[in-house]
Amino acid sequence: MSDTVEKNTKDTSMVNGRRMNMIEAINDALDIMLERDPDVIVMGEDVGYFGGVFRCTAGLQEKHGKTRVFDTPISECGIIGVAVGMGAYGLRPVPEIQFADYIYPGLDQLISEAARLRYRSAAEYIAPLTVRSPFGGGIFGGQTHSQSPESIFTHVSGLKTVIPATPYDAKGLLISCIEDNDPVIFFEPKRIYNGPFSGFYDKPVEPWKKHAASEVPEGYYKIPLGKARTVQEGEALTVLAYGTMVHVAEAVAKEKGVDAEILDLRTLVPLDIEAIEASVKKTGRCLIVHEATRTSGFGAELSALVTERCFYHLEAPVERVTGFDTPYPHSLEWAYFPGPVRIGEAMDKILKD
Amino acid sequence: MADAASNRPSLALHVPEPKSRPGDPVDFTEVHVPDAGAQPRPDEAAKPEEMRDLAYTLVRVLGDDDQAHGPWDPKLDPETLRTMLGHMAMVRAFDERMFRGQRQGKTSFYMKCTGEEATSVAASMALASDDMVFPSYRQQGILIARGYPLIEMINQIYSNAGDKLKGRQLPIMYSSREHSFFSISGNLATQTPQAVGWAMASAIKGDSRIAATWVGEGSTAEGDFHSACTFASVYNAPVILNVINNQWAISSFSGFAGAERTTFAARALGYGIAGLRVDGNDALACFAAQQWAANRARANQGPTLIEYFTYRAEGHSTSDDPSGYRSAQEREEWPLGDPIMRLKKHLIAIGEWDEERQQAMDLACAEEVKKTTKEAEKNGILGHGLHHPFHTMFEDVFEELPWHLQEQAKQATREREIKWPDQHPKDFAGEGAGK
Repeated sequence: MSDTVEKNTKDTSMVNGRRMNMIEAINDALDIMLERDPDVIVMGEDVGYFGGVFRCTAGLQEKHGKTRVFDTPISECGIIGVAVGMGAYGLRPVPEIQFADYIYPGLDQLISEAARLRYRSAAEYIAPLTVRSPFGGGIFGGQTHSQSPESIFTHVSGLKTVIPATPYDAKGLLISCIEDNDPVIFFEPKRIYNGPFSGFYDKPVEPWKKHAASEVPEGYYKIPLGKARTVQEGEALTVLAYGTMVHVAEAVAKEKGVDAEILDLRTLVPLDIEAIEASVKKTGRCLIVHEATRTSGFGAELSALVTERCFYHLEAPVERVTGFDTPYPHSLEWAYFPGPVRIGEAMDKILKD
Repeated sequence: MADAASNRPSLALHVPEPKSRPGDPVDFTEVHVPDAGAQPRPDEAAKPEEMRDLAYTLVRVLGDDDQAHGPWDPKLDPETLRTMLGHMAMVRAFDERMFRGQRQGKTSFYMKCTGEEATSVAASMALASDDMVFPSYRQQGILIARGYPLIEMINQIYSNAGDKLKGRQLPIMYSSREHSFFSISGNLATQTPQAVGWAMASAIKGDSRIAATWVGEGSTAEGDFHSACTFASVYNAPVILNVINNQWAISSFSGFAGAERTTFAARALGYGIAGLRVDGNDALACFAAQQWAANRARANQGPTLIEYFTYRAEGHSTSDDPSGYRSAQEREEWPLGDPIMRLKKHLIAIGEWDEERQQAMDLACAEEVKKTTKEAEKNGILGHGLHHPFHTMFEDVFEELPWHLQEQAKQATREREIKWPDQHPKDFAGEGAGK
């Protein structure tokens, strides 16, 4: 089904859908799942009556009732902990952590409990949670509203990590996550909630409605986890990216006239290794782009995998463009952000040989 | 830094210190033991603030005369009392044997609950069999009271080919969905918000089942316990938060969890939760308190926090030697006695039991454990090759094996073939077991 839908979105004319920004797409996915499955529960700080600080849960409590969609105390450990208990009962909780920067108090419950429950109980108990959390920078969020902690979760056995880059993907992936029986961390790049961001921060940002991927079909559809999306085909080099950086890489390649093949990974664990291998073996060059800090970031894993699996096809060293190894700064945001200059320089370096 | 020029008094850090250390005489004079039967039993719908005093005393039923007293007497029939005594005796016999098994090298680790049998056996007997329990690692009494087969417990302790958890978990980290017994985690207090979440789920679905969790007094210092109490209170969750105050968290006395200033039951009051403090070595009081809390939860009157005041009579685990940090006299002079002895004497006092039957029962428990241990040993003991197949190590990380785990599973199988080239996988000890 998702394949058919995917073809439809490439059309510029809309078929059975409407234009949505990422917030509306997420809201639509939650609405559909609350409707379809009486075991789905949406909860978190400010998600109930108010509808969430980013409006992702707007209207859901009014429509589905306050025992299905509700506000919680300010306790990330409590939010994840009770969600694990609800999962053990047989519910399918979708807790929200207001910012990824504040997920850390819930880490013990995620790492020691949710991720290991199936394994340690030999599948007697499972934790089918989907933890939604806005992540990433580019919004002058400073140190505690900008972080990209995905590698903390990709390092944990038993957790899946999913990051959408378009409204269409956000809805289809979120529905898949909610239906998945494994615990999933669903990071929402808040920089692109309202429109794709090119990284050229001094240029006006386009709203989603001008982008083809803002066409979101009505009703239920899924995008499989573990499958990357080819944003554009190319021959010169492969770019591996996810979230906001997909759009930044796309804009830079366009501006520089580089014939890049851009893969939006969509799921970091389990990773679409086949798509990565096929692309890098074709282009012989690989650039990895993420906002997160460099050392031990997910880019290191990608770089190692590409080197191990595509070594004899590589014509240049694998490059990583990432955030710097500092806390996320406020005033120097655009000096920190892995933007067009850093990506452009890396592309030149890879293509030089 | 200290300011020498200032005339303000110097501050002084208080570091708690237990009353006695190894070799010291014991001083339990600060342990106030009220008379059995002297505590009022409030209505199960009482407001927490109306029953404030119950968080600072001890609910007691069994008196020095071995008779049951007062409004908390659950008035159980003699058959139920004998069953309760039998379960507690079985827990003790099981602990003895498994402890010895660890010393004999049959397993890596064990934890006894000696002296605390009533807090799990009697308390859980007051719950319905399908009420969900979220225990810590010292509530083996719940499994025994719920009829979980001893052989399953021993298989798990031995991590052998019969282990339902496939040798993945440290000994005693049991799990039994069939017995509404949640998977035990090594991470302390994590089960407390989970129990609250389970109870919230039951309420969301309009179910009638409730949840109960057990946590040691040391672990109440964890942030999870605070979260659990907050969520339980906010959502009026049908949950019972049982705090086993056995005075010791490994080598740290309860003062390091805050016991010098207040009781653990008193914490309930700050959250607006009903709080009860119970003689944890009085099986009837343990039963009665849990029953009161269960009735309260079932009637949508909300959560209860119960502190069981007891004493950890043995070391923390097989890896611990308590003579390194506490007086051996403590156990001897513990003012609340031994839970099994007290229930036994009560049954004798009411003419429903005698020493001969007790001896026969103790012997029967020891025999059954011995026999079951031998049976379990046929499935192997730790490190003797009778374990689950290598491939099972990679299963259940996720519902399905992703490519990277498939690759790693092949690696493990290859290593086995290199290490044991003569053995066909089918001949390999344990291969196929548990399938």
